[in-house]
Amino acid sequence: MFLINCPFCGEREQSEFKAGGEAHIIRPKQPSELSDDQWAEYLFMRKNIKGVQFERWNHIHGCRKWFNIVRDTSNDEIKAVYKMGEKPPVG
Amino acid sequence: MTKNLRVKTSKFIDETYRISFKFNGKLYYGFKGDTLASALLANNVHLVGRSFKYHRPRGIMTAGSEEPNAIVQLHNNTSRTEPNVRATEIEIYEGLEASSQNCWPSVSFDIGGINNILSPLLPAGFYYKTFMWPASFWEKYEYFIRKSAGLGKSPTVPDPDIYEHRYIHCDVLVIGAGISGIMAAKTAAKNGLRTLLIEEKSYLGGSTIYQNSDHFKINNQTSGSWLEKEINEIKKIKNLEIKTRTSVAAYHGYNFLLARENLTDHLPIEKKENKTRHRLLKIRAKKVITATGSLERPLIFDNNDRPGILLSSAIKKYADLFGVSCGEKNIFFTNNDSAYETAISLIQKGINVKAIIDNREEIESKLIYEVEKNNVEVYKGYTVTNTFGYRRINKISIMQLSKDGQKVIGSKKELSCDCLGISGGWTPAVHLFTQSGGKLKFREEDQVFIPNTYSSDQLSVGACNGDFTIDLILSNVTKSLKHFFNLKHIEYENTEVLSSFNKSKRNIWLLPSDKILGKTKSFVDYQNDATAKDIKLALREGFKSIEHVKRYTTTGMGTDQGKLGNMHALGIISETAEAKMGELGTTTFRPPYTPLTFGTLVGRNVGEYFDIFRKTPIHEWHVENNAEFENVGQWKRAWYYPKNNEDMHQAVQRESKAARESVGILDASTLGKIDIQGTDASEFLNRVYTNAWSKLNIGKCRYGLMLNEDGMVYDDGVTTRLGENHYIMTTTTGGAANVLSKLEDYLQTEWPELDVYLTSVTDHFATVSVCGPNSKKIITNVIPDLDLSDKSFPHMSFKNAKIGNIHCRVMRISFTGEHSYEINVQANYGRSVWEKCMEAGKDFNITPYGTETMHLLRAEKGFIIVGQDTDATMTPIDLQMDWIVSKKKYDFIGKRSLYRSDTMREDRKQLVGLLTENPNEVLEEGAQIVADINKSPIEMLGHVTSSYFSPNLNKSIALGVVRGGKNMMGKKLIIPMEKKKINVIVTDPVFLDKENKRLNA
Amino acid sequence: MKNKYSFFSLVKNAFSYHENWEKAWKDPEPKKEYEVVIIGGGGHGLATAYYLAKKHKINNIAVVEKGWIGGGNTGRNTTIIRSNYLWDASAGLYDHALKIWEGLSQELNYNVMFSQRGVMNLAHNLQDVRDLKRRTHANRLNGIDAVYLNTEQVKKFCPIINTSPDIRYPVLGGTLQKRAGTARHDAVAWGYARGANEMGVDIIQNCEVKGIKRNGDCLEGIETTKGFIKTNKIGVVAAGHSSVIANMAGLKLPLESKPLQALVSEPVKPIIDTVVMSNAVHAYVSQSDKGELVIGAGTDDYVSYSQKGSHDIIEGTLNAILELYPIFSRMKMLRQWGGIVDICPDASPIISKTPIKGLYFNCGWGTGGFKATPGSGDLFAHTIANDEPHKLNAAFNLNRFVSGDLVDEHGAAAVAH
Repeated sequence: MFLINCPFCGEREQSEFKAGGEAHIIRPKQPSELSDDQWAEYLFMRKNIKGVQFERWNHIHGCRKWFNIVRDTSNDEIKAVYKMGEKPPVG
Repeated sequence: MTKNLRVKTSKFIDETYRISFKFNGKLYYGFKGDTLASALLANNVHLVGRSFKYHRPRGIMTAGSEEPNAIVQLHNNTSRTEPNVRATEIEIYEGLEASSQNCWPSVSFDIGGINNILSPLLPAGFYYKTFMWPASFWEKYEYFIRKSAGLGKSPTVPDPDIYEHRYIHCDVLVIGAGISGIMAAKTAAKNGLRTLLIEEKSYLGGSTIYQNSDHFKINNQTSGSWLEKEINEIKKIKNLEIKTRTSVAAYHGYNFLLARENLTDHLPIEKKENKTRHRLLKIRAKKVITATGSLERPLIFDNNDRPGILLSSAIKKYADLFGVSCGEKNIFFTNNDSAYETAISLIQKGINVKAIIDNREEIESKLIYEVEKNNVEVYKGYTVTNTFGYRRINKISIMQLSKDGQKVIGSKKELSCDCLGISGGWTPAVHLFTQSGGKLKFREEDQVFIPNTYSSDQLSVGACNGDFTIDLILSNVTKSLKHFFNLKHIEYENTEVLSSFNKSKRNIWLLPSDKILGKTKSFVDYQNDATAKDIKLALREGFKSIEHVKRYTTTGMGTDQGKLGNMHALGIISETAEAKMGELGTTTFRPPYTPLTFGTLVGRNVGEYFDIFRKTPIHEWHVENNAEFENVGQWKRAWYYPKNNEDMHQAVQRESKAARESVGILDASTLGKIDIQGTDASEFLNRVYTNAWSKLNIGKCRYGLMLNEDGMVYDDGVTTRLGENHYIMTTTTGGAANVLSKLEDYLQTEWPELDVYLTSVTDHFATVSVCGPNSKKIITNVIPDLDLSDKSFPHMSFKNAKIGNIHCRVMRISFTGEHSYEINVQANYGRSVWEKCMEAGKDFNITPYGTETMHLLRAEKGFIIVGQDTDATMTPIDLQMDWIVSKKKYDFIGKRSLYRSDTMREDRKQLVGLLTENPNEVLEEGAQIVADINKSPIEMLGHVTSSYFSPNLNKSIALGVVRGGKNMMGKKLIIPMEKKKINVIVTDPVFLDKENKRLNA
Repeated sequence: MKNKYSFFSLVKNAFSYHENWEKAWKDPEPKKEYEVVIIGGGGHGLATAYYLAKKHKINNIAVVEKGWIGGGNTGRNTTIIRSNYLWDASAGLYDHALKIWEGLSQELNYNVMFSQRGVMNLAHNLQDVRDLKRRTHANRLNGIDAVYLNTEQVKKFCPIINTSPDIRYPVLGGTLQKRAGTARHDAVAWGYARGANEMGVDIIQNCEVKGIKRNGDCLEGIETTKGFIKTNKIGVVAAGHSSVIANMAGLKLPLESKPLQALVSEPVKPIIDTVVMSNAVHAYVSQSDKGELVIGAGTDDYVSYSQKGSHDIIEGTLNAILELYPIFSRMKMLRQWGGIVDICPDASPIISKTPIKGLYFNCGWGTGGFKATPGSGDLFAHTIANDEPHKLNAAFNLNRFVSGDLVDEHGAAAVAH
């Protein structure tokens, strides 16, 4: 089980958090103008990266805040944590 | 047979404290400090069990958790029975009863032993090649295979013991309290770090603590006495916690470890009662030091499995620690100096050592010299080729090894013995290290895998890091601790060490024999009876990878997880396939290190603590009034209230009638409630519900339907506008947490610009729902000041009110179609408000009703229950609720998905009403619906989602989903049950009061 | 079959100390070119190759496997086989597989130990009861054996379940499919490998795919750790790594790869003779022929390829086990492990063509792919050979995520997979 450094509460057990999948998939502002294919892309298609992935987590049993994590999905190493709306770290 | 082989008083054994125990029904005695294994050996009992496949007699082989053979059933046929307990680990206590497993009728005469004779027909994987004829017979073969497999017996009654969990956070965790672990723990603790030292045995000091030889000295004392002083010192350190009888089971990522602290297994039965048996420690350590030592390797030769064959280090431990001699005519077979250490210990105690067979040719070693001095014959460059004796070894044959070690040469010689100690050198215990994600490297010179790269902040020290002798331990452990803790100085820096151990070893994975391999039984995995020829067979058949060989031959799949034999399996593969050991890799060491009781892993979360038990503030009233309860999520909800021996049907019919004819009362407190505030609250609701919210006036309520982004109905409920920027949303009982979580998600991640705050207030309010034509009279009585006129307080509106001094929110909303009110009051006033309503309703036969009646009443009105009438495939259009989907709104969650080719199809499954031809016939919920019963394959159009006998309509009614159902009004369909077909007519889902007259009645 | 297995061949070989058994499969170096390359040497991939060779007479096939055959989810699952699915499309698919299972040992001349000991699914609340009844009725009409059991019948079929009404989530009933059961997972991979090998399929182990070479919309071949292999038909059956391979071809799939864990107890004498699954009290248990209790846990909620899951999942599963089987409290966990499962939004698989000609995907089996192995292989072979799906896998296309025509076993059936 990971230790996750919640940007609002500090380091906590993974069991306090809920994963929210790939980050930076922005909900289209004008869904009605998308084709079915484009909508399906938003709704279901995922990069599902093996390696460094940007993803969303929620401190659901803590401050209830959503934030982002950079994690290597091949070994579960967390590389960085940043708040919603902040620019993802580069590199 | 019975002899006393207790040879010399040991300071580790309390000979003043005699303990009686039973093994296979016979009474024996041992002393406090004994394990079952040491006590049996002291009584000259070697034969303890039978092997898995061939049922060969097996004895005690080791003195630790790596034991493959001596596994027993404790307390057979009692509630504290336990299968597969290692005799080498269990400490004896008064009243201990153990018995052999996997044998019938007895361990010394076992019918299953016939498998040993049939063994030529039972090579590795034989079952894949046979039992295929006749085709239908596998289950019959399987019956017998299953019966003969397995080891001990599962308990058959619940466990009387208690288990618990504890979280520990520390700076440094040291695993293993041998010499390296003691040095590590002392260094960490002395430097001010909060340190936890864990040891699986009942004592500290590992194998050094009973080392009492002049050949191994530290600062001019025997290494045992030097270590004893160190131990006495660390026991005084305040920031060092020591836990014995505690074994680390799993080492997960992020330095998260699980350990089992054994609290009562060594206590007499009567002292086990009402105490915690095991405690699971969940440890988060900033740093971890693994000092788990090493395991001695056996040697692989023909018939290397007989009772009386033990690891040389085990014989030493039994002698030095327990004061027990494993035999009276001892022979050792070794490829390194370890067996000589043991021999010297035995000689010191006056135990006979007959001979030592050493694979190695001439070598200079002080230990060998000392042994030879004591007139022990040493056969150098020899190997054991076979052993004899069925229930106990009585003889071995030996031959000389060829120069390359691949063949035997010369003539055969036989030596009699009653105990054979074997040593194939040492294997670092890297199991926990690799579990943590660490990577190993292979050290060619002595053919061992040692830690190479770490995956977290940790260090391996001592024998588990490949340093097997005290000279290397003192120098290397000191160096690495200094570096690990970044210290300028460390106390062990100038320690003087003397070790007479010659580190040479002649490693031959599979020792040659004068017989062809096919005729030998050289066991690699003792417990599973996997032999060297099995491994070669697997390779011959194309199973090349170590994982394939393991699975095909079952090597390493026993309860010892191959702690003894895995390296040899790898070695034999590498030699046979001419592959390099380092490149083959090892099999994965899977947690736990030693098997872990389910009860320990579960802790206190059993019985009533299995899951949270949520009850409403009015719960006790329901209990007192004889309610039956239904589980809804984690809630217990009153289901119905039987009176005078009514069954559920009768109670529900009575409750339903009462609610429609006079007044009913329901505890609706479990509904989810979310308080929504902020200047953008209306806009937020616009986006999350399918309908429009901007124009809802303050004080008004509105029903809303929430979709998933895929367009499917997710939740529903009534939301009330309490103020300009303030709403209270209700959700379904089961959906509350998920809805809140989903709303927070959108709010924080998609629409952070919205000024909205969400708070769960489900537990803060109790909700009493009063419904029926007389509901108004009840509310008037309970809240006399409230103007309940339709003009002032119409359907779908809300008012703040007071009952005495208690503030409450009253909503006039209805889930039954009746004129009804919901009173929301701070939770702890819930019961008193409920009772006030009951009191006020006395004259009106006010009837409490449960969820079943609620379901019936709403079905009469065709109101859906999300999750019952919908699954995750229903859109609002499918539910014939087009009216609630705003066409004007630009967007809401799930809107786009409603316009995909499949969601727009006209012939989707749609919600309809169903009436049976026979009005007394009640459909089964879940029953499938078809149009043409003769069509093949039969086409299922949908299913019955809700079905009741309506006492108010005096007929059976049902809701269902039917493909194209919207356009089937009046059509006849069929419900094909197992033994009959039921005809139904498709109708509108609203069965009662289509005009909604009752709402204002 | 030249190296036929039988009791007589065992006896015969015993005389030569089993020195004369032939390789179950060769270990060839890859050829320059194949007509079809299957990526992934698990049960599904090997079965696909087997049926391509056997039923579609394609004789130039390679199966390339990154590690060793059967080493992924084939060798890590809890071996439950059943076909009592709710929707017609799923029932058709899984029952097709179940029918092949029933004769598979004989077909392959390899004992896969398919044991029809029955699978029971338990209901713990009123909605479970409705859902299980709904599914039982659907199964019956689809010709799949399934019966609904009340609590007493559940107890009778599996006496060790705690059916007391006083437990936190009492057993209210259950369903039973008697034809369902378990099989020996490794044997399935090995049996198909041996069968495919016999028909000339090259099984190439330790051969990792590094890239997929395309020329416009046409496939040219794959780059591997053993060099370039030319082909213009590729079937991808790389459970756990489907997205990784898809990304090489420039495709995105509707998948998330998550950890799924399982565990076994120490072996004991027979104590449970069937398979019991529960969704609400989340655990599945059966007993292997060796005597180990085989227990399936749930998935974690995050993407991971580490083959490790969190301890909470194991603990939660054992909580559920002790709730239903308090007698197992003193049993011991021997091993736990994790696999990587590719999960589709509707918890149904994809056996489909893709927008790239000649590239086919068989993936998204989530936590329940083992049971489908023979059927999946058969239908995928059909799809590759004909460049058209079979009617039994037509619904499991990629386009359903665009149209919305999902096969939603996830949201609709209160059943663990």
